Amino acid sequence: MENATTKIKTTYREALKQGLREALQNDERVFLMGEDVGRYGGAFAVSKGLLQEFGEERIMDTPLSEAGFVGAGIGAAIAGMRPIVEVMTVNFSLLAFDQIVNNAATLLHMSGGQVHVPVVIRIGCGIGRQLAAQHSHSWEPFYAHVPGLIVLSAGTHEDARNMLHAALQSPDPVILFEYTFLLNMEKEIPAEATPVTITKAKVRREGKDISIITYGAAVYKCLEAATELAKIGIEAEVVDLRVLRPIDETTFLASVSKTHRALIVEEAWRSVSISAEVSARIMEKVFYDLDAPVQRLCGAEVPIPYANHLEEAAIPQVNDIVNTVKKMIHHD
Amino acid sequence: MKEDEIKKTLFQLLKKIAPETEPSELQDDDNIRETLNIDSFDALQFIVVLDDKLGIEIPERDYGKTTTLKLLLSYIKNAIEKQKS
Amino acid sequence: MIEFKMPSLGADMEDGTLIEWKKKPGDTVKRGDIIAEVETQKGLIEIEIFDEGIIDKFLIQEGTKVPVGAVMALLQPSGVSLETKKEKEPAPLQPTEEKTIKSTPISTAETRKIKVSPLARRIAEENHINLESVAGTGPDGAITKENVDHEIAKIEKIEPEKINAPAVAIRSAIAAAMSKSNSEIPHYYLEKKIDFTKALAWLQEANSQRSIKKRLLPVVLLIKATARSLSDFPDLNAIWENGLQQKKDINIGFVVSLTTGGIIVPAIHHTNLKSVDEIMETLNDIIPRARAFKLRSSELTDSTITLTSVGENGADVVYGIIYPPQVAIVGFGTISEQPFAEKGMLGIRSVVKATLAGDHRATDGLIGSRFLAAINNYLQNPDSL
Repeated sequence: MENATTKIKTTYREALKQGLREALQNDERVFLMGEDVGRYGGAFAVSKGLLQEFGEERIMDTPLSEAGFVGAGIGAAIAGMRPIVEVMTVNFSLLAFDQIVNNAATLLHMSGGQVHVPVVIRIGCGIGRQLAAQHSHSWEPFYAHVPGLIVLSAGTHEDARNMLHAALQSPDPVILFEYTFLLNMEKEIPAEATPVTITKAKVRREGKDISIITYGAAVYKCLEAATELAKIGIEAEVVDLRVLRPIDETTFLASVSKTHRALIVEEAWRSVSISAEVSARIMEKVFYDLDAPVQRLCGAEVPIPYANHLEEAAIPQVNDIVNTVKKMIHHD
Repeated sequence: MKEDEIKKTLFQLLKKIAPETEPSELQDDDNIRETLNIDSFDALQFIVVLDDKLGIEIPERDYGKTTTLKLLLSYIKNAIEKQKS
Repeated sequence: MIEFKMPSLGADMEDGTLIEWKKKPGDTVKRGDIIAEVETQKGLIEIEIFDEGIIDKFLIQEGTKVPVGAVMALLQPSGVSLETKKEKEPAPLQPTEEKTIKSTPISTAETRKIKVSPLARRIAEENHINLESVAGTGPDGAITKENVDHEIAKIEKIEPEKINAPAVAIRSAIAAAMSKSNSEIPHYYLEKKIDFTKALAWLQEANSQRSIKKRLLPVVLLIKATARSLSDFPDLNAIWENGLQQKKDINIGFVVSLTTGGIIVPAIHHTNLKSVDEIMETLNDIIPRARAFKLRSSELTDSTITLTSVGENGADVVYGIIYPPQVAIVGFGTISEQPFAEKGMLGIRSVVKATLAGDHRATDGLIGSRFLAAINNYLQNPDSL
């Protein structure tokens, strides 16, 4: 029962840290490695204090060499460990892209099912803290394109707290996207760990007039937009995809079948994106349930700008979502 | 069957044949077909339902004996008497 | 694809209102099946289909007034493998535009592309809504579910009141047809006094051996004799359309008076091939249906000549007005006892006066006269009928 659980107010950062601590406590095969995760406490202070608590063997600072330490993590996973590899930002993850795509994602297939790679790679992702094009992008679609990977997007505090545990249960490589934009945001979540799946999307708010399908840092924006829309009588349903690969289509197809309209919101670039995939599947599977063309709100196709106002303009904001939905439903 | 009952049945059957008329307003000596505008086809239908409902078969040669309400009533009464005996 | 069109149920018919589809998409139909019920000036008519196949889709929603000749449904000819079911499945390559064009067959001259959401289109198809009549308020004026729902609600509201008084409609149909006839057709009239005594005696004998339900009316003999005579004079069993066109089948249109006023003329199909008993059975079937406005389309359209009979205690003679495009109408007055001279003797006979009104563009009096004489001859030998 939801009422029976104690709720605490916590930041996204704290939720991530609690998830990490618990993972380290629960399974001694688990260790954390990455740039500045130990002495510095993590670039975004997510692992602050963990070195003191768990010691150097389990909280490892690595050289600035993504290909090297991600590859090491993959090797450790093959050898039976449960490594958690932190990559500071998604931009730097491309240096390890070869390890992730050519090794982690392929080994099970190329070994005829003999070699599992149970590594979890946490990647700081997203836009909105004036970190410019060197440190902020929404590149989930790159990874969601690759068979053999499980790609998760923690768009809520609940998932920030609990997804890591589920990811560590997976025998196969998991990419877990965390959003720097959300780190300081406070939300109420259950104090205790609550199990979550890493196979299903989740309806975060129910509604009957339109399905807003989203993921990542856009989830809260969409929920805020839905609250705004409710004031003018539009009941929007918000679907958080959560799992970007293998994508859970049943949840969003059911939602669209119910509401007959779909708006997909993501911060990634529009072309060849998650929203393109979702839109295609809606057309393929529930075409005859559509009462309006599927619409998308995506990031502008530019390198993310440094200037605050330009950065804001580069990705969908609450107002954009509200206006687009109003347009779709009232046609004005 | 009393005369009143026979009359009531007749009116019901006539109403079925000529729905937009009021058979109950027929006077004893009114010519039924002329008063109710019943054509030869409907007249035959009436003979058919009389047979169905009362089991009385009016042969063609007796058509002339059943033209008014009075005549028809006494014809039917006679026929019922005959059936009994 | 076979097109099923609103049939013309008479020269005077311009349009009809589809009241009900009697089949549904996917149904197999064969020649003569009732596909729809249409309200015309002649009442509610069951419309038959003259093609065989499988109904692909309805293009007209119930409650819509449709001009004669408008395509109302599409049929897959039988023998062609069907893919109707597939349309419901996600078929990425199916262009939606094609469907749009198909569903706008009425205004072929100005086929316009209607924008309809897939959901709205599906609901419209399920409810036989004609999208032509729905105003779209969606993006770019597209028709949405809301618009179709609104249309369905509108139709449901008007449906019960829509059946207009058939008597008024029939009156105006008769007015139109008879005015056209009188202004266009140069009628000639002939009359023949016929001794009906033998025929009546034959009937009395015949009826005494029949159960009440099988009894024959005198008019059956008149119909049969007319049918026989028409075989002898086929020019009268014809229509006038760019000249005289004889009709192969003899389908006598029999005038049925309605108790509420007005007449309806259902056809007795293949009258010449029917026995007197079969003609009587046909009358027992079509007269009540005509009066209940429950005729089939073929019964309204297939008449090749009209026969009107006054019946008992009525006028002695009837002079008809031809129902275009037919070229003749035969009339029979009341059968009554008359002084009748024959072979130098005067006697009392049951007499019926037969008349013929002929279209002088099509035939002349001589043929008409011989035709009436033939009717007389047949009635003098009722056994031969």
